[in-house]
Amino acid sequence: MQYPVKLIRLLILLLPALYLSGCNMVVMSPSGDIATQQRDLIVISTILMLIIIIPVILLTLFFAWHYRRSNTTAKYDPDWHHSLRLEVVIWSAPLAIIIALGAVTWISTHKLDPYRPLDRLDAARPVPADVKPITVQVVALDWKWLFFYPDQGIATVNELAAPVDVPINFRITSSSVMNSFYIPALAGQIYAMPGMETKLHAVINKPGEYDGFSANYSGDGFSHMRFKFHGLSKEDFDQWLANAKSRGTALNRDAYLKLEKPSEKEPVRYFASTDPGLYEAILNMCAAPGKMCMNEMMHIDMMGGGGKESADNRARLEYDNRHAKDGGTAATFPASGTAPRDDEKPTDSQPHDGSHVPNQLHN
Amino acid sequence: MSFDSDLLRFVFGRLTLEAIPYHEPILVATFIAVALGGAALFALITYYKKWGYLWHEWLTSVDHKKIGIMYIILALIMLLRGFSDAVMMRIQQAIAFNGAEGYLPPHHYDQVFTAHGVIMIFFMAMPFVTGLMNLVVPLQIGARDVSFPFLNNFSFWMTAAGAVIIMISLFVGEFARTGWLAYPPLSGADYSAGVGVDYYIWGLQVAGVGTTLSGINLIATILKMRAPGMTMMKMPVFTWTSLCTNVLIVASFPVLTATLALLSLDRYVGTNFFTNDLGGNPMMYVNLIWIWGHPEVYILILPAFGIFSEVVATFCGKRLFGYASMVYATVVITILSYIVWLHHFFTMGSGASVNSFFGITTMIISIPTGAKMFNWLFTMYRGRIRFEVPMLWTIGFMVTFVIGGMTGVLLAVPPADFVLHNSLFLIAHFHNVIIGGVVFGLMAGVVYWFPKAFGFKLDPFWGKMSFWFWLTGFYFAFMPLYVLGLMGVTRRVSQFEDPSLQIWFVIAAFGALLIGIGILSFLIQLFVSFRRRNELLDLTGDPWDGRTLEWATSSPPPDYNFAFTPVVHDHDSWWDMKKRGYERPTEGFLPIHMPKNTGAGIILGGISVVLAFAIIWYIWWLAAVSFIAMLAVAIGHTFNYKRDFYIPVEEVIETENKRTTLLAGQV
Amino acid sequence: MSDTNVQEMEKPEFYLREEHHPEESTMIGFWLYLMSDCLIFAVLFATHAVLGRNYAAGPSPADLFDLQLVAINTAMLLFSSITYGFAMLEMERGRQKSTLVWLAITGVFGAIFIGLELYEFIHLIHEGAGPSRSAFLSSFFTLVGTHGLHVTFGLVWLVTLMVQVSIHGLIPANRRRLMCLSMFWHFLDVVWIGVFSFVYLMGVLG
Repeated sequence: MQYPVKLIRLLILLLPALYLSGCNMVVMSPSGDIATQQRDLIVISTILMLIIIIPVILLTLFFAWHYRRSNTTAKYDPDWHHSLRLEVVIWSAPLAIIIALGAVTWISTHKLDPYRPLDRLDAARPVPADVKPITVQVVALDWKWLFFYPDQGIATVNELAAPVDVPINFRITSSSVMNSFYIPALAGQIYAMPGMETKLHAVINKPGEYDGFSANYSGDGFSHMRFKFHGLSKEDFDQWLANAKSRGTALNRDAYLKLEKPSEKEPVRYFASTDPGLYEAILNMCAAPGKMCMNEMMHIDMMGGGGKESADNRARLEYDNRHAKDGGTAATFPASGTAPRDDEKPTDSQPHDGSHVPNQLHN
Repeated sequence: MSFDSDLLRFVFGRLTLEAIPYHEPILVATFIAVALGGAALFALITYYKKWGYLWHEWLTSVDHKKIGIMYIILALIMLLRGFSDAVMMRIQQAIAFNGAEGYLPPHHYDQVFTAHGVIMIFFMAMPFVTGLMNLVVPLQIGARDVSFPFLNNFSFWMTAAGAVIIMISLFVGEFARTGWLAYPPLSGADYSAGVGVDYYIWGLQVAGVGTTLSGINLIATILKMRAPGMTMMKMPVFTWTSLCTNVLIVASFPVLTATLALLSLDRYVGTNFFTNDLGGNPMMYVNLIWIWGHPEVYILILPAFGIFSEVVATFCGKRLFGYASMVYATVVITILSYIVWLHHFFTMGSGASVNSFFGITTMIISIPTGAKMFNWLFTMYRGRIRFEVPMLWTIGFMVTFVIGGMTGVLLAVPPADFVLHNSLFLIAHFHNVIIGGVVFGLMAGVVYWFPKAFGFKLDPFWGKMSFWFWLTGFYFAFMPLYVLGLMGVTRRVSQFEDPSLQIWFVIAAFGALLIGIGILSFLIQLFVSFRRRNELLDLTGDPWDGRTLEWATSSPPPDYNFAFTPVVHDHDSWWDMKKRGYERPTEGFLPIHMPKNTGAGIILGGISVVLAFAIIWYIWWLAAVSFIAMLAVAIGHTFNYKRDFYIPVEEVIETENKRTTLLAGQV
Repeated sequence: MSDTNVQEMEKPEFYLREEHHPEESTMIGFWLYLMSDCLIFAVLFATHAVLGRNYAAGPSPADLFDLQLVAINTAMLLFSSITYGFAMLEMERGRQKSTLVWLAITGVFGAIFIGLELYEFIHLIHEGAGPSRSAFLSSFFTLVGTHGLHVTFGLVWLVTLMVQVSIHGLIPANRRRLMCLSMFWHFLDVVWIGVFSFVYLMGVLG
């Protein structure tokens, strides 16, 4: 009884040592409480499963060796193919492990639900009553990240900062295609989807500079869709804010629409102020002038639609967030560098309606 | 000017000279190699006057064995293509560090990883699995052929046509740059305006027709064509897993077809199923595609489980332990595979209860899978194991697959998935189960059934080389990816900043090299075995001391498989026959009723390629013409009522007498 | 189970000395095909369930659907199913000519159904309610259109079979084919009842 417990303890001690010596396994040695709990879950689940995996591997190798044909001393029983007792064991052993793991899953999934506000800073400290969480609105653009700090009134591109030991409430969306917002040292990822908002609650416990990136492929510039996340002390964070305020320009709708155009390897940028309601407009896909917001559309739909005489609504609901119409880098031929439908789009406001043959003919 | 360009547009659609990638050296070199190879093959066939033989004996054949072999040849060719893609990725990722951009720019790299996934799943693993089922199942159940022999030929050619469409994208235009499941909105017309996604859609749609029809065919075959006495619970395990796989195919591929059809409507007609605007819902695509996609995983692995079951029993010289629980485990996996799809996107934010439900159902699948593992283990117990090549693959599988199973269950825990999703850990996991499970199974199956198909065994030395290189190569190639995943490296990235990652990518590239040697060894094995075929001859038809009915007939079997249909009394009926001293009848033969060959399948497949190409490039006149042609050929085919013939009794007697002499010489 | 028998080494007959005639598998094969087709419709129905109220600030079913027209259309298809049934009864009796007549009547009803559906579609598109107007209309056109394509395909098949029956008569191969088309035709009827109640009725009333 004592021995396996010791062994497991040794294994747990051994694992981090291995990581530290070889490489920086950020997933296994994170700096935020949520990621730490997720790490613990990985370790616990792995150990639970090894209880069955290791014997199976060892038995496979042992049986293969022991019952080899040249070993004539091993018992050979060609008609033995059934044993109720063994059958019960081989079904119930994995069942037992899965029951344990299932319980762990149910509890941890609810506890670590990214939508659930934090109730602790780390294993030892609950969230103090006087700490107000910091809110960050995240927008995945082609191919860079835009962060709004609504309470502080600033915004940044490709740089995120947060004070240590203060819960962070992320609100996450995307302007064109699906991305995934992921800072391994801080917390698990969640998708960033156009026209939708996902949430993530997390806290960073150690000051430092960490990597963040998109974890869902989103096109050409995806590889460089990275940013730095700074865990800062209270003073450093204030200073960072002041710096952003003093150096930054204003993020109004025009500036945003320019920023939204596809681009790669964008340098860090600060915006000292932002248009009110810009994030909500991006979320509802109506940052561009003349567009109908999705929440307005959904309201009309709930009231029973816009009726037959609603043709102009349609044009207001056609979003072009990758700016293909004004010559952005939408998908292209590798060889020609031109979009095969380029010539159709600007001339024809409804390029895909009904018959497509005529589209081929006019030029 | 305008007239000319209008005419050009009408004739060629959006196909222009720029679509030919003549300034991409890699593609030009590939094209030259393919063209030279093709020309050489063409010349050889012409020189040896084999066109007639090829046409009459193979391309138009409705014989399930030949169709099975053609499926496997297709799979091997596509394996080489998919593996080249893999090597290109490994090299790119091993060198693109510290600001170096590597040799593949994103638009090329993105096509490569998409093509790798699509080809390996749809055009390597699927045809391989279908090929083995085609080859083996009718023999295992003592049937003359499948239920619908012409449909079988047609299915094969549709699958091959899909592969051809995908291959054309290499040299004309481009392939999708979306990842192998082409999630919208990225794959929609707004964000992928080129032909890439259209190649993807039409390649899969055409092949999907073949896959679905072949699934229907094999289900009907297994349900209706079994030899007398072979009740469901006396079927060989491979037949059982084939049945379940085909049920999965028929019950999941239509979902893929419908989903891709909706995506193509979005792209061609401008509908709004998966668009951001006008009320579309891209999340629905992700749900639908995985409702197909998860069963697909089991479509691939279940036949592999069946192969391992046959191999273990044969080479341990022992009846499979726990046949009934093996069958129930297979059925349970079949059903459960439909209620786990959401585990592919826990990170979409579905809420804790939904996520836990799908996480736990996923884990439950590991119970029957675990039971299977133990069944194989206890088949080895008190067996007398012969370490022939198929058995090596099986043991390699048992050790490797449990690791993949473990990391799979780990990914099924939603909060753990939040940190591992889309990372290289995930890539390592599914290669661990697909290579360690499916590929090892298919390799075991090929070596095991090769003598049945061709009448001589494969050379064991090169077989062992192939196995050991594959095995070690796998560990070198994918264990580093587990590590990289834990270092927070995500998939589909082509350039890196952190130099400490590089060493792991270099190790992985080395692993890919070893796997390459493994594949090469396999090809050498085929070549060497062909040269030494007279030494490796299998005269008895039962080279491994087998247990199931396919070993009861000659190798290769006659066109009609069995002159007299066997009668089944117990599991492992051939073993039973051998044990109880069967007597092979040598007289009283009858003429045998057989289906006739037909060229309709290959013609329809060919027209499908033209039709798909026309739609991809918006060449509407050609699309209309080929569609009408297709309809005409299909209807014309139904006017042919003379689809069968009798093999005259003299021919049967001659064939069987030859075998009688051969067998007498063996004793 | 049989292990004990094995010891006795009794020698049962291991080969069937006559030609083995497995059961006919066409019906089960075609049934399986219909089930796979059913899944395609299931996906389209599910899609409509998800997107059916996303009008994109545009027209809703109440604005667009003419239930009277659809009721007539439904009647046409139901009639065609009945007349196909009559054709099958005549086939059972071996009467080639009246089988052909009933098949022709079935074809006419089917053609009227398709005609009315096309009229409805063209009318909608003229009103600016084409498939690209909103997700609701996309799923509506696709679901109803897929059914319509099936009926069209059924008509082509029907004509082909009529030609074949008049050339070769009611031989077993043709009977089998007529049975398959019968299953197909009734299947489309069942699907249409789903479309009628789920898309049209619930769309307008719900």
